[in-house]
Amino acid sequence: MRLRYSFMLGAALTTPALAADMNVKVEIPQLSVAEYHKPYVAMWIENSNQTFVRNLAVWYDVKKKDNAGTKWLKDVRQWWRKSGRDLQMPVDGISGATRAPGIHEASFNGAKYDLNSLPAGQYTLVAEAAREAGGREVVRVPFQWPPKAAQNTQAKGDHELGAVSIELKP
Amino acid sequence: MLTPSFNRYALALSASFILAMPLAAHAHRSFLLPSATLVDKADEVVTFDTAATEELFIPDHAVQIETVAVDGPNNIHPQPENVWRGKQRSSFELKLPEAGSYRISLSNDGLSAMYKVDGQMKRWRGDAESFKKEVPANAQDLNVTRMLSRNETFVRVGDKAGKTEWNSTGKGIEMMPLTSPTELFTGDTTSLRFTLDGKPASDLTVTVIRGGNRYRDALGEITLKTDKDGKISIKWPGPGMYWIGANTGRPPQGETGTLAKPIVRASYSATLEVLQP
Repeated sequence: MRLRYSFMLGAALTTPALAADMNVKVEIPQLSVAEYHKPYVAMWIENSNQTFVRNLAVWYDVKKKDNAGTKWLKDVRQWWRKSGRDLQMPVDGISGATRAPGIHEASFNGAKYDLNSLPAGQYTLVAEAAREAGGREVVRVPFQWPPKAAQNTQAKGDHELGAVSIELKP
Repeated sequence: MLTPSFNRYALALSASFILAMPLAAHAHRSFLLPSATLVDKADEVVTFDTAATEELFIPDHAVQIETVAVDGPNNIHPQPENVWRGKQRSSFELKLPEAGSYRISLSNDGLSAMYKVDGQMKRWRGDAESFKKEVPANAQDLNVTRMLSRNETFVRVGDKAGKTEWNSTGKGIEMMPLTSPTELFTGDTTSLRFTLDGKPASDLTVTVIRGGNRYRDALGEITLKTDKDGKISIKWPGPGMYWIGANTGRPPQGETGTLAKPIVRASYSATLEVLQP
């Protein structure tokens, strides 16, 4: 009886997490500069020790001939050190084209991005932007996983990134 | 003071060298960097490095050296020595024989073309003479661009008054300092005047970037627009080597140039040093 009860409780706790998705909004600011190129942007998840956990998205010049757009991935420096240098880009579900200035929404399915297997705890979404002939910026947004209730957190960049927000629904 | 007749020292360069240069996929920022902008006495040697890069002033790929012009005091034009050309940068040294201010100017005037042969896109770079030999007569979708570029810097030798007037060639973008371009300090304001083909370059976007951006996140560029006389003023926010750049931008989509009437693109950069007071 007791055993059965805890099993049911466990099931009740994990079931919502299986269905949890992460919706992210990233703002790429409009900049008044003489030479503008759309930034390379990487988004990944770190645990509370700032250890790399999962990649979510890398926006770079995917269309350039002979995969030549990967040359500047190293300029997304923090991501490069933590994950990028071990990857063979492109990576399905992670690689994407660069985005123009504006607010971009991306949805990361818990099952597809293997978020459901993450141990419960405090995590950080890290967004890093590096612009050709421009600057670089890292924005960190904390969140709890799995979400017990609806969660909205956000942080703001100063020059290469605008607001980065996460919406989590159990 | 602005007389059209002045001597240039042309680095004798074979056409084959120019053609051997890689066709840069990205323009990036080209520069001419002096090892010193202030020298205490005559006959000192200053080294100049030139390259194009995203990380000022760390060389990434070499730019063509076609012509180096040195304009010193009393109409002297010392010649570059120990010219060295590499894949990532090119360098030369200059012995400055008299007290006064010197302008060191690296300029290029070249043609580039894109065309199709049997449906294959080709790129070519050279001059009017080599064009006739190398671009096939059956080239289709031909688009010819003339590129006028100039990279400059200024050095002052043991002289209290900074010179501000230099000759103009009337070709491409040029910059005439209205206040001394050397011995600048944080907080100073420097005024510069830009010309395009000898006429005031109004409404030109000028970008000012302090070197060392590899080691900071924000590029911190200052973007200025020239007024109707081609003038801008820069108030120096801190010490460092600064890159000042301007170009005429890309032509409108669909516009094509020919050998007789190429699309003309002009670019300019100057390297100025700002000191801590």
